[in-house]
Amino acid sequence: MSSSTITRATVTRRGDRVFSGLSRGAGIAILVILASVATFLFVEGRAGIFGDTEEMSGSDSFLGYVGPLVFGTVFAAALALLFAAPLAVAVALYISHYAPRRLAQTLGYIIDLLAAIPSVVFGIWGITVLAPLLTDDIYPWLNANLDFIPFFSGTVSTSGRSMLTAGMVLAVMILPIVTAISREVFLQTPRLHEEASLALGATRWEMIRQAVIPYGRSGVISGAMLGLGRALGETMAVAIILSPSDGYFWSVLTNQNSNTIASNIALKFPEAYGLDVNRLIATGLVLFAITFVVNALARRIANAGFSGADG
Amino acid sequence: MRFRTKRALAITAVASLLFAACGGDDDTADAPAPADEPASTDASTDAPADEPAPAPAAELSGTLIGAGASSQAAAMQGWQAGFQAAAPGVTVEYDPIGSGGGRKQFLGGGSDFAGSDAALKDEEWESSKEVCAGDLGAINLPHYISPIAVPYNLPSLDGTTLNLSPEVIAGIFANEITNWSDAAIAADNPGVDLPDLAINPVHRADESGTTENFTDYMAQAAPDVWTYGAIEAWDADGPGGGEGAPQTSGVVAAVAAGEGSIGYADASQIGDLPAAAVGVAGSFVEFSPEAAGRIVDASERTGGRNDYDFAIEVNRTPDSADTYPIALVSYHIVCLEYADQETVDLVKAFMTYVSSDEGQAASSASAGSAPISPEVQAEIAESIAAISVAG
Repeated sequence: MSSSTITRATVTRRGDRVFSGLSRGAGIAILVILASVATFLFVEGRAGIFGDTEEMSGSDSFLGYVGPLVFGTVFAAALALLFAAPLAVAVALYISHYAPRRLAQTLGYIIDLLAAIPSVVFGIWGITVLAPLLTDDIYPWLNANLDFIPFFSGTVSTSGRSMLTAGMVLAVMILPIVTAISREVFLQTPRLHEEASLALGATRWEMIRQAVIPYGRSGVISGAMLGLGRALGETMAVAIILSPSDGYFWSVLTNQNSNTIASNIALKFPEAYGLDVNRLIATGLVLFAITFVVNALARRIANAGFSGADG
Repeated sequence: MRFRTKRALAITAVASLLFAACGGDDDTADAPAPADEPASTDASTDAPADEPAPAPAAELSGTLIGAGASSQAAAMQGWQAGFQAAAPGVTVEYDPIGSGGGRKQFLGGGSDFAGSDAALKDEEWESSKEVCAGDLGAINLPHYISPIAVPYNLPSLDGTTLNLSPEVIAGIFANEITNWSDAAIAADNPGVDLPDLAINPVHRADESGTTENFTDYMAQAAPDVWTYGAIEAWDADGPGGGEGAPQTSGVVAAVAAGEGSIGYADASQIGDLPAAAVGVAGSFVEFSPEAAGRIVDASERTGGRNDYDFAIEVNRTPDSADTYPIALVSYHIVCLEYADQETVDLVKAFMTYVSSDEGQAASSASAGSAPISPEVQAEIAESIAAISVAG
């Protein structure tokens, strides 16, 4: 059978060229902005890392200064993820597979509203409502009964402004992100898989375990990484809630807590000048690097997951 | 047709918003300094004896740019409002970027005056000679006195004011006195039933002039106990420990939230919390604006720069028991000579207003500051009168 090759001349009208130019320009603009921020961090931060530490307040070496901050940042974000991830997956599963349609939509809408609350408001809510609530019963109980675990040792803070409170508030803040992504992923589960599982006699929970979760695992992980990225960079809520101290503190109930990088910059920058500013920017560079790594990791897991989802 | 109408409406709305945004700028046109200004014929760099009478404030116009201490932010709002009433043609701008940033901006020529919790350091004063016209440099005027109170949270005391001597205060904040029932506290408070409660000292988590002034007080009044000197960063340069809260409101909230807490904060913002009476010259003084204002009288000028500079070495251990020793003294830093008459007029008018009774009343109302005493006002007036155009 012969088929005549049909050559169709590609028609480019002015609109096509304008649009392609605009979108290319937008892409380039984003790269330029990112490059300028990265350059700023490098250029200004270099003096903070290699400059004369005599003129700076704080530790004599940059590593000694930023070490506790990195620890605090990762600790707070890890706590937040610990609380948020299981809760988000549970809520997402409920919305996608258990709840009646109307309730599911309302619940999804309300969870998304959480994302609209400013982080300062979360900070104020944390110290006004959550901290006293936890300090009244839960923290003393933890401290009295689980003292052997290093996390719960030490003297309980009287105002509740500890790492655990900050971690919980951060968890509430990243909940909408992780829930939304997990919900979308769970809704994408191939109908065929679900129905096949049910047809083989699985209960609803077994079906979810067999069909939904394996399919959605990489998506949930990438959503969790996104939430982790937000928790790593969260500034105002942590600055308001956390009572910071210099050093590595494992206990989550006391007044002595390692500060996070973003909160440290927010607290110190207004009155800093000279090489202190450069040092703060250098810590920002470190945070930039950490977030970069976390995001790269998330992308790798997400890309690996979706393509191999039908296994 | 419907689409076209919608599109036309949208274009009209956007265009009108654009024009509204572009127009309506304040007319900040600076009149060029008149070249034939009757400057003093005696062009010596000493105090110009025959200074032309300053233009009455109501006729002035222009913009005065200042930046600096955030501690003065609330007071500055009161001053701006009050000065606006006296000189409607003048706009005073103040950017509360912090004392360090304010001094830096002033020394870089970016502002006409600076607000600062600390007077110019020696090397800063040297570089002020370059940015100010002439070669007399800049002067510091102590226009803002903010008493620092020591609020505490001991509900069982119920109305009795706690007496704390400087050694006890330093011991508490240096983490050496850790319980309210300690003998040192009981010695100053005979008859008061102190609870057996752990002390939770609250400090500022952010760097601030309030911390610097408070630690300076402890360093001067109890140097054996508080060995860290005047510091701004509590964790890095100080004893660490205690609870850190951001900003004055954070400290007050933290003290109010935790029983057994004690902190230090701007006196006007402690609300209902009881404040300790501080030991001075053998007795205990509760804070009051008048008592705090006298700290400038009790202090000596640092001197060594020029005769009009009013930077003071704050005396935290005054001899008389009518002075409250813990106060933040914040300065306005101005050049002694400017390049043009217009700036001189604006600066003099504004500084005269700020140091006057009305100005001090305005800042007292808006920020709870202590008024400067009449003696100091007179001396400051002399310094302000010396501001002139560079000869």
